[in-house]
Amino acid sequence: MAYDVNGTTVEHDEEGYITNLSDWTKELAEVIAKEENVEMTDEHWEVVNFLREYYDEYQIAPAIRVLVKAMKKKFGPEKGNNKYLYELFPYGPAKQACKIAGLPKPTGCV
Amino acid sequence: MSEGVKKFLYVNRKAPHGTIYALEALEVVLIGAAFEQDVELAFLDDGVFQLVKGWDTKDLGSKNFAPTYMALGDFEVTKVFVEKESLDERGLTADDLMELMYEDEDDDWAEKPSIRIVSREEMARIMAANDVILSF
Amino acid sequence: MAMLHTVNKSPYEKSALESCLNHVSEGDTVLLIEDGVYAVVKGGRAANALASVKGVKIAALEADLKARGIGGDKITEGVEVVDYGGFVDLVEANDKTEAWL
Repeated sequence: MAYDVNGTTVEHDEEGYITNLSDWTKELAEVIAKEENVEMTDEHWEVVNFLREYYDEYQIAPAIRVLVKAMKKKFGPEKGNNKYLYELFPYGPAKQACKIAGLPKPTGCV
Repeated sequence: MSEGVKKFLYVNRKAPHGTIYALEALEVVLIGAAFEQDVELAFLDDGVFQLVKGWDTKDLGSKNFAPTYMALGDFEVTKVFVEKESLDERGLTADDLMELMYEDEDDDWAEKPSIRIVSREEMARIMAANDVILSF
Repeated sequence: MAMLHTVNKSPYEKSALESCLNHVSEGDTVLLIEDGVYAVVKGGRAANALASVKGVKIAALEADLKARGIGGDKITEGVEVVDYGGFVDLVEANDKTEAWL
């Protein structure tokens, strides 16, 4: 199973998470987002970039509760809440956004 | 046992790399914390080696999970007990350990250290005071 | 809040038993299983350590003792030999269990 990014193939698992984290590019993120029926806006990118930075620092994807808290701290309460994040990523912010961000499937969270 | 939220104590007694216990424990702790359990961590015996700062497994080709301990505070795991006797026996002091911090929501998000160095006797009392003990 | 401690490592290879005995509280029970049962062999260093802990019940699992040829007067005094049913009774009789791995 693989995504096709302008002719290059990027392997993913049965749920769509990419196998090799270093394969990630912005173009790939757009491809994954399209499969997830998510149209990437600046607001989506804010979350995806945030997740990538978080993973880079801690080697783990944040649980939804942690993501909400951290978003609140960085971008303020209007973005640091469940409703906002679910509007951007209806199938679960952590799970769907993590997939687009090229991170492994978060353990035990939505 | 008390009703409602149970107190979980995760006991870590193994060094970080010889076995998979340390990484598995950390993942279980973070999953548990995501579900808002009341979680405390204990490090004793070789478990104290997990918290030594500056380790890096890059050259071993295995996942370098040292930075993940720093995320514990974000996951609201704020009570990390480390046994003094275990440190002493291994030639370590509190200064050799990672600086695990958390932000106290009830105190204007002030950064506070999560690690508390406790005696063997206190450690025994901590074990006795929890509802569920998970050993790694 | 009495606690059941299980130890499954030989005391002559690992420090699990020693560490366990350092953290027990009065009224607790220590149950030796698998290679942990080697601690009960009379005259051994570990058997002496068991004898020095006061106010704590020491038990060992019969099947594991038998499998290792430890029986009768080879077992140091003060050790209660339990079968699998006795193991279950101990779990039930205590508020929680801590496994010393």
